Amino acid sequence: MTASTAEAAIALRGLRHSFAGEPPVPVLRDMTLEVPTGAFASIVGPSGCGKSTLLRILAGLVTPDGGEMQVRGSAAFMPQRDLLLPWRRAEDNAILGAVLGGVPDGEARARAQALFATFGLAGFEQAWPGQLSGGMRQRLALLRTFLTPRETLLLDEPFGALDAITRRQMQEWLQSVWLEDRRTVLLVTHDVDEALLLSDRVFIMSTRPGTIVESLDVSLARPRGTRDTTTPAFTVLKAQLLDALERGSAA
Amino acid sequence: MSRMFFDRYAAPGALLALLGVAWETCTRAFEVPPWILPAPSQIAQAAVLSGGTLPEHLRTTLIEAGVGLAIAASLGVAVALLMANSALARRVVYPLIVISQNVPLIVLAPLLVIWFGFGMLPKVLVVALVGFFPIAVGMTEALLRADPELIELVRSMGASRMQVLRTVRLPYALPAFFAGLRISASYAIFGAVIGEWVGASSGLGLFITRSQRAFRTDQVFVAVIVIAALSIALFYIVGFVARLAMPWQAATTEESS
Repeated sequence: MTASTAEAAIALRGLRHSFAGEPPVPVLRDMTLEVPTGAFASIVGPSGCGKSTLLRILAGLVTPDGGEMQVRGSAAFMPQRDLLLPWRRAEDNAILGAVLGGVPDGEARARAQALFATFGLAGFEQAWPGQLSGGMRQRLALLRTFLTPRETLLLDEPFGALDAITRRQMQEWLQSVWLEDRRTVLLVTHDVDEALLLSDRVFIMSTRPGTIVESLDVSLARPRGTRDTTTPAFTVLKAQLLDALERGSAA
Repeated sequence: MSRMFFDRYAAPGALLALLGVAWETCTRAFEVPPWILPAPSQIAQAAVLSGGTLPEHLRTTLIEAGVGLAIAASLGVAVALLMANSALARRVVYPLIVISQNVPLIVLAPLLVIWFGFGMLPKVLVVALVGFFPIAVGMTEALLRADPELIELVRSMGASRMQVLRTVRLPYALPAFFAGLRISASYAIFGAVIGEWVGASSGLGLFITRSQRAFRTDQVFVAVIVIAALSIALFYIVGFVARLAMPWQAATTEESS
């Protein structure tokens, strides 16, 4: 499956980056990957492999040292921490990205109100972030990201801080929301099941300096549920993914 | 509930009453002359008797403190914004404002009277000068300390420098502003009185100087009590405004307590 660059939402060729220092610490080397428009892609890799740095580069927050990079219509970025503004009510937090992205206030509010129920936040429009549970805060941060008028969504371990049960619910829920929205998503995670459950394509990264060890297409039928994680097809993919992770760590 | 009432009001009230009774008893038992230490009953009497002149002095001091505090707040915020936005301004202005705080008031206040006369202006300046410092310093630090990840996030959403300031830095610095304002407010009356004490045509400070010269120690105590009450009131008013301005803080602490 080779999508041409024209229809790719994200295309990287030979991207490399180092952290400043004496000597500089290489973080990413020769990163090449392509995410087709409208696809859900994940990046899986060991901690400290440069996943977050890659997302920050794609979000335009860090300028890479070299290589080619294309992000169609720029990207909305959701960092690991929910980073809600404590001084804004839930609804005002939800529309932040939209308003800063140029959507008129009234229109952004209307769109947010329509989605509060979908994001499991109905009735909490006027709550302060400090009054919400961890899962709700994360959903609110996701809502804010979805409302940001960008063609691509970059999600950095959105469920990393949640307990296992909530996390499973959120994964299935994210899938259903995405099936409605169908924007390109690039998700960073270290949870193998999460990547396979949600993605059309999974990229496996090596230890630092990170590079793509393997790219795996997941063509299981959607919507996928927890039970699908026990099917033979899923298990085969999981074994492949784990093997690739091991190769990446040994390198 | 009654337990809370006791802790909050009854207990401190009882202690205060007990001290008053002890004070009254001692001055009477040892026949202390009123110009050395008047009894609480004599102070109360003086308060009633000075009811004619005191309100006018009170008004003057309140205006000086209020206007001075308003200038202190505006100036503090302006200086904080300047220092938070430029490292050069920080290097140049910081030493200056630290020096300004180290000129003793007993030196400065008479100078201001020489320069600006016996009216309200020199007192307003004393209040503003003493008051802007805690606001400027506290707010500068807070503006600079604002969560870098929050700033990065709104920048990734396309926020300009001005929008970053409005959406993240300023709200983040709001608690520091009010913390500074509380300190300034508790010094405001005191600052105005010092200014008046040096030379004035009206105000509580003048009332004190006149009373001292006449050995009316009971009136001095009346003024002291009024000043304390005003300072406490101002302190609580600032706290009240802070709660109105930062409703998320009250909402969040209620939840966790």
